[in-house]
Amino acid sequence: MLLIACPHCGPRAESEFHCGGEAHIERPKDPASLSDAEWAEFVFLRDNIKGLVFERWNHAHGCRRWFNAARDSVTYEILAIYPMGSPPPALDPRRYV
Amino acid sequence: MIETYLRQSALDHLGLAGHSTAAPTEAGVQLSEKPLPVAVNLRGDSGDAAFVEAVREALGLALPTLPNTATTGEGLALLWLGPDEWLAMQHDAAAFAEAQLATKLRKALDGLHAAVTEMGESLCCLSLAGAQARAVLAKGCPLDLHPRAFGGSGHCAQSLLAKAAVTLLQVSDAPAFELYVRRSFADYLWRWLEDAAREYGVAVVRP
Repeated sequence: MLLIACPHCGPRAESEFHCGGEAHIERPKDPASLSDAEWAEFVFLRDNIKGLVFERWNHAHGCRRWFNAARDSVTYEILAIYPMGSPPPALDPRRYV
Repeated sequence: MIETYLRQSALDHLGLAGHSTAAPTEAGVQLSEKPLPVAVNLRGDSGDAAFVEAVREALGLALPTLPNTATTGEGLALLWLGPDEWLAMQHDAAAFAEAQLATKLRKALDGLHAAVTEMGESLCCLSLAGAQARAVLAKGCPLDLHPRAFGGSGHCAQSLLAKAAVTLLQVSDAPAFELYVRRSFADYLWRWLEDAAREYGVAVVRP
């Protein structure tokens, strides 16, 4: 069980949280001009990185607020927690592969 | 507003009043169901001094801004649910008290960026007390319930108990806890609590 530090409630068990998938996926500025392949890229295709990942998490059974987390997908270590809407922290991805 | 005659606990079918005891008990755990609480959900910006002051004026209670804390006063409790969300709870109140409480808050918060929502009969309040109360909760709740971490009376948290979403409020250092649970989970959670507490000796007591 992971212990995740909710930015509002403090450290809580993983079972209280819901992972919302990859973070920082930008909605296309002009959706009408996109080709099918580009839409598929935006809607379905994710990087599934081994190492440093940036994810959205929701404290579903606590304060119900969203936040971002940087996580090592190999060791499951949570490297950073930062608010929604802010840029990812500067972490060297080569360290986490 | 909910008519008095319609207010019925989700545990009515268990007939708890019939087999609860008022006598002092040696049981490690005392369980009871409190009468349906009056609950009003409050949203707003705790960074806005006008909002904090308006709530204090309307309820006579300070808004808890520290995470996982609650402030309690005359029959009224204000629970922190999130950075901009609180739950006002009133016990032993008539059914119309909910509308009164919500109206009072709405009037006080008029013109401010805030929301007041009546919770109706959505929540049941189970009370769990006794020397082994923590041990029972620890069987199904991932929270650290040690007094060092779950800081005594006035500490509250939303979490899971036996996979049901609950709001936990410590009301006494004895220890005694109040569990607020959605009514559709109340029957399941009551039976789970009775079963989990069996090994310590469990008494159903009058609220």
